[in-house]
Formats: sequence, structure tokens, C-alpha cells
Amino acid sequence: MRINSTGEVLTVYLQGEIDHHTARDMREGIDKAISFYMPSLLILDFAEISFMDSSGIGLVMGRYKNLKKNGAKLSLCNLKGNIYKIMKLAGIERLAEIEKGD
Amino acid sequence: MENNKFALKITSRSCNESFARVTVAAFAAALDPTVEEIADIKTAVSEAVTNCSVHAYPNSIGLVYISGEILKDNVIKIKIRDKGCGIEDIEQAMQPLFTTGGEERAGLGFAVMESMMDSVRVISKKGKGTSVTMKKRISRKDDAR
Repeated sequence: MRINSTGEVLTVYLQGEIDHHTARDMREGIDKAISFYMPSLLILDFAEISFMDSSGIGLVMGRYKNLKKNGAKLSLCNLKGNIYKIMKLAGIERLAEIEKGD
Repeated sequence: MENNKFALKITSRSCNESFARVTVAAFAAALDPTVEEIADIKTAVSEAVTNCSVHAYPNSIGLVYISGEILKDNVIKIKIRDKGCGIEDIEQAMQPLFTTGGEERAGLGFAVMESMMDSVRVISKKGKGTSVTMKKRISRKDDAR
């Protein structure tokens, strides 16, 4: 994953596939970046995610809870095709602002 | 003529989740599915195999049996079976948001399978294992897509 921090906003560009096998490393990477940068807004960018199952929902919900402890917000962008479908199924828009991709 | 079929036996290691969904997708490719239909099948398979790795064999590595069959009317049937601990209450397990998988699991595995496939049937016996049978009709080129 690549990360970019501009003061209050931390953007994490996720890459590859999100399943139960890969989610753990992603979780650790994102949480490390959150505790280092202490952002008020975390943007998770899904543009380079080629596959996601419900492990991605767990990943997003877990980061939401982590951010909430410091009153920070979460936003998801570039949710393509099935990824958008799965996020909607889970009602993620109640926790985070979501932006559909192409 | 006999229907086209495949059978696969893998260990419940989480690294095989990717192998399983890609293999089933390759088998389904014969039906000429759309990109979305392939993504649906891969997601449903990933959920079922993850259940084997997380729930059926929580503290060990067991075997997962995956089979597929092309039925008439462009329908694909996929069965994912384990010989793990079994599900005590299937109705409860299939409830959206119910999970015994801890903080990082959303409890949406079965809900996702049901939304991606046309039908999902779960049979389980405590201590004997679980089987998940899913079917999906793949649209034909001459269907309105």
C-alpha cells in the first residue's frame, strides 16, 4: 500500500486483493499509519483493488472504530463494481462517506 | 451426455482462498460470464472457503472439497464442503452481522453469498462438517444484458 499524508488528511492507497488472508497485513499497515499521523480524516482509496470479499467490510469497520476513538472520520473512494455492491450490502455508508468509482 | 464437472481438494490454509476462487472462475469461464458475474462467483467462493478456514477448522488445518458442475440452462452449481466442527444453528449463522469470528469479521459471509448467487443451501452436522451448495444462472449473449 502507498500512503500520503497532508496534515489532517491521511490517504491510504490499497493495492491487490482483500480477503481473509491479506486483510491482516493491510489492517496492521493502516493502523500503524493512523497512530503515526493521527489524521482527522482517513481516506481509503480502492482504485487498485482487484478483488474484495466481506473481509473488506471487516477491515473498514475495524478502522472506523479505531478512528472514532480520536473523533476522526473515514472516507472510501474509487469503489468499483462488486466492491461498491458489497459495501452497500453492509450499509457502510452509515459509517463512512463513500464515493463510487468508474 | 454427462455434464461438465470438476472436483478439487485443498487444505484450509487462508492462502488457498485465492486459489479456490480463481479456479472456480476459470471453470465458470466456459459459460462466457460477464465481468460482474465472474466477480460474483469469485466473491461467493471466497466467502465459503474463508468460512472453512476460520470456522470449520478454527485451530487446525483440514481439507476443503470444492466441486462444480455445469447444469442445463447455463446454470453453474458449486459445492464447498468441509469435515470440520459443523454449525450448531444454521439459521443464526446465516443472520447478517452474526459472527463468532471476532472484531475484524463483519458477519456478512452468508449474506454476501446469497446476494451474489441465485441460491445458497447449507447443510451442517455438529462435529461432522458443513456443505454449502450455490447455484447461479449465467446470462447468455442473446439475453438482454
